[in-house]
Amino acid sequence: MDNNPLKISTLLAKLESELKQLISKRKLKNPLMIGIHNGGGWIAEKLHHRLALQEPVGIIDISFYRDNFSQTETFSQVKPNLLPQQMEGRDIILIDDVFYTGRTARSALNEIFDYGRPRHVILAVLIEQEGREVPLRPDCSGQTLLLANNERIKLTGPEPLALDIQSPDKQLTAA
Amino acid sequence: MNNFQLNKEGRLHHFITIEGLSKEILTEILDTAESFLGISEQPVKKVPLLRGKTIVNLFFENSTRTRTTFELAASRLSADVLSINIETSATSKGESLLDTIRNLEAMHVDMFVVRHAISGAGHFIAQNTAPHISVINAGDGQHAHPTQAMLDMFTIRQYKHDFKPLKVAIIGDILHSRVARSQIQALKTLGVKEIRVVAPKTLLPSHVEQLGVKVFNTMEEGLDNLDVIIMVRLQKERMTSALLPSEREYFKCFGLTEERLKLAKPDAIVMHPGPINRGVEIASSIADGPQSVILQQVSNGIAVRMAIMTLTLQNKGDSV
Amino acid sequence: MSKIHIANGRIIDPENNIDQTGSLYIADGKILSAIEAPADFTADITIDATEHIVCPGFIDLSVRLRDPGLTYKGTLQSETTAAASAGVTSLCLPPDTRPIIDSQAAIELIYDKAEKANYRHVYPIAALTPQLRGIELSSMAALKQAGCIAVSNATVPLANLLVLRRAMEYASSHDLLVMHHPVEPALENKGCAHEGFFSTHYGLPGIPEASESIAVAQCLELAKLTDCKLHFSQISCKSAVIKIQQAQKYGLDISADVAIHQLHLTENDIEPFNSSYHVLPPFRTAKDRQMLRKGLANGTIKVICSDHQPHDLDAKLGAFPETEPGISSLETLLPLMLSLVNDKAINLTQGIACLTQNPAEILGLPLGALSPGLDADICIFNPDLSWTVNPQNWNSAGQNTPFWGTTFKGRVTHTLQSGKIIYTLKLNTS
Repeated sequence: MDNNPLKISTLLAKLESELKQLISKRKLKNPLMIGIHNGGGWIAEKLHHRLALQEPVGIIDISFYRDNFSQTETFSQVKPNLLPQQMEGRDIILIDDVFYTGRTARSALNEIFDYGRPRHVILAVLIEQEGREVPLRPDCSGQTLLLANNERIKLTGPEPLALDIQSPDKQLTAA
Repeated sequence: MNNFQLNKEGRLHHFITIEGLSKEILTEILDTAESFLGISEQPVKKVPLLRGKTIVNLFFENSTRTRTTFELAASRLSADVLSINIETSATSKGESLLDTIRNLEAMHVDMFVVRHAISGAGHFIAQNTAPHISVINAGDGQHAHPTQAMLDMFTIRQYKHDFKPLKVAIIGDILHSRVARSQIQALKTLGVKEIRVVAPKTLLPSHVEQLGVKVFNTMEEGLDNLDVIIMVRLQKERMTSALLPSEREYFKCFGLTEERLKLAKPDAIVMHPGPINRGVEIASSIADGPQSVILQQVSNGIAVRMAIMTLTLQNKGDSV
Repeated sequence: MSKIHIANGRIIDPENNIDQTGSLYIADGKILSAIEAPADFTADITIDATEHIVCPGFIDLSVRLRDPGLTYKGTLQSETTAAASAGVTSLCLPPDTRPIIDSQAAIELIYDKAEKANYRHVYPIAALTPQLRGIELSSMAALKQAGCIAVSNATVPLANLLVLRRAMEYASSHDLLVMHHPVEPALENKGCAHEGFFSTHYGLPGIPEASESIAVAQCLELAKLTDCKLHFSQISCKSAVIKIQQAQKYGLDISADVAIHQLHLTENDIEPFNSSYHVLPPFRTAKDRQMLRKGLANGTIKVICSDHQPHDLDAKLGAFPETEPGISSLETLLPLMLSLVNDKAINLTQGIACLTQNPAEILGLPLGALSPGLDADICIFNPDLSWTVNPQNWNSAGQNTPFWGTTFKGRVTHTLQSGKIIYTLKLNTS
């Protein structure tokens, strides 16, 4: 497995460029960037800086919105959301580190809509791992991967940020 | 032997009494409550965790304050809530306890939150209800009030962080207090250094020291060097049942005054499950003063009850 | 009537000081002789009692048949069957039936029913006060004539000590035994458990030991004052035993019984909130149990009774304090007595005496012994036979017992009442 395609800075650069295009194409006004805690939050900070957005990054924790098929829940480490008071009618850029089954994105959408109906939501992820289970897809991604059944890709951070491909037998580290 | 409150996997299914629950489970409740604390401060005070679940508040003993806390907790978890107040009088025989439960079960509910005037009602309901239904004890007779004890522990942890070095005193009508009994069990399990009870002899149950507490009959001795002061309510009936002469005398001997508060540590916190009797158990200035955490207890009450409801109902996931 | 030969059993007859293997001979409903074979005896029925114990039928001082009046809890039929299967050949019925046993008619009704159920030795205890109200005196002369064996106010308190004094004097003047439950109602204060660690721990209203010992002390003073023959029903605490012992030393005619389960269970055995353990008087501490056993051993307490109180299901379904107290206890009487012997609290002869010779003496009845000429009330039991308390092995209508599901050793195989076999154990051959 060649390490180069998973270089973080490369992926971020691609996302930055695609997001700029999308913001222009969709005519997004004063977009609010929201990262999905944990990994999405770290990526959102980086992209927020690259895109030079004025409004502070928002963070949501989707623990309370997970469905039963997600990992077993304990609610001991749930962080409170960092979101502005007024969410109705906003244009939102939702950021996550890995898009895999799509359930996280589904949960995040539900949570955001509970705060108020946004005008637009676009989803940007660092890595899209094939294995969708709900009819959602990111609007842009740094890289698409197809992994073996028992392999998962994971972002570690916040400094340094690194992508790991984990399988039960061994762990391969990328840059 | 697994405590009857736990399911086969050792996770919480009922919450009737602190007795028999491990430190790990109590800590899990506190940690989970921590997560729920933030929700009440957000513009949207709701999460969908218990959406589709039906929770019945079955109150055989009147209580506006506890009932509303449970209603709010259930609503914030997006559950459907039903509150039923059943007046029980000693002389009238209405529908039996069991029949009331069965009728509600037939309406496909998921949880009973029960408050009853008779000790053991919580156990009885938990042991006679359909297996998928969770039961939470909102206070039974003089036996237990475990959700109150947990919110008290949560409050103590908020201000003191570590339970181990703490000296805690529970002051007031211990004899009739289900809150005190649950608090003593929780404090013991969480491993505080010392638990004291302070009360006149008529308000202390027999063999109370066997609960693992130091007994004091005067405030002067009992308050010395304390970290946490928990006041327990004095009910008006105690004067007419020949347990105490008057509220005035009670306040004189056992009221928490500024003078007496000075005997405790300067950073001691003052707690009360409410409603407070100003000038009977506690001086107004203290109830409203800097060391009082009484209002914080109330906010914490919702988060803690949300945590307990979630932990008991969520565990259906794998086994049902 | 048949001639019965009970062969080869270990005959234990405390009254006549017999404890040896041999035969018992019965004819015409009476005992002919024990050990020595009577001349020209041909048995119609022979019962082989090898490896069994043969003793006088048990006399139980407190058995609530629930009939007449509370037949949803038990009937004369079901409960006398239970009694027979427990080796009990005579039982005393407390006055709190419906109607209350305070009239001749009530007593005749009971005799009628007992006759129909083929269980003759039901001895009604009449009410001390009309309707057990505790205010006036009942017609004790008439009640005695109608056949009551003693008088008692059951578990209902009397209005005040003056009424108790007068009742004792009056009963005494008619040579009637007064049986009394020693309880000071103000101190009992609607409690449901012994006031001690268990009640404190579980927030249950408690009954202090003082409630019983104060009532005992008051009654003893009255007994002294009135010269009345007094029997304490079902005592439960150490102080009561000590006071009764002192009174007996002093020379007062005082006797007492204890419920068999009080000799075994304490507050430490109570499964939290399990209503099977709800009894009055409540299960107390280990020290109380120890003193009750000592009192039995040294003769202060002369009688063990079952305090049989069968209940319907609803009576025990509810939060502990709301349930009705009482255990269905006839059928565990024998194995629990044997367990006491096993614990070396008393020996077997004493145990049997507490169920036979002694209660007979207190009631003044020609029973409880295997003397020639007495009614042939016999109990034959196998002390080593194991059995489990379950629906197959249970005759009482009430299944309310903390011993449900327990396996015991010791079971009655035959019971004879006035020379008639009223019970034979039928075992399912597996």
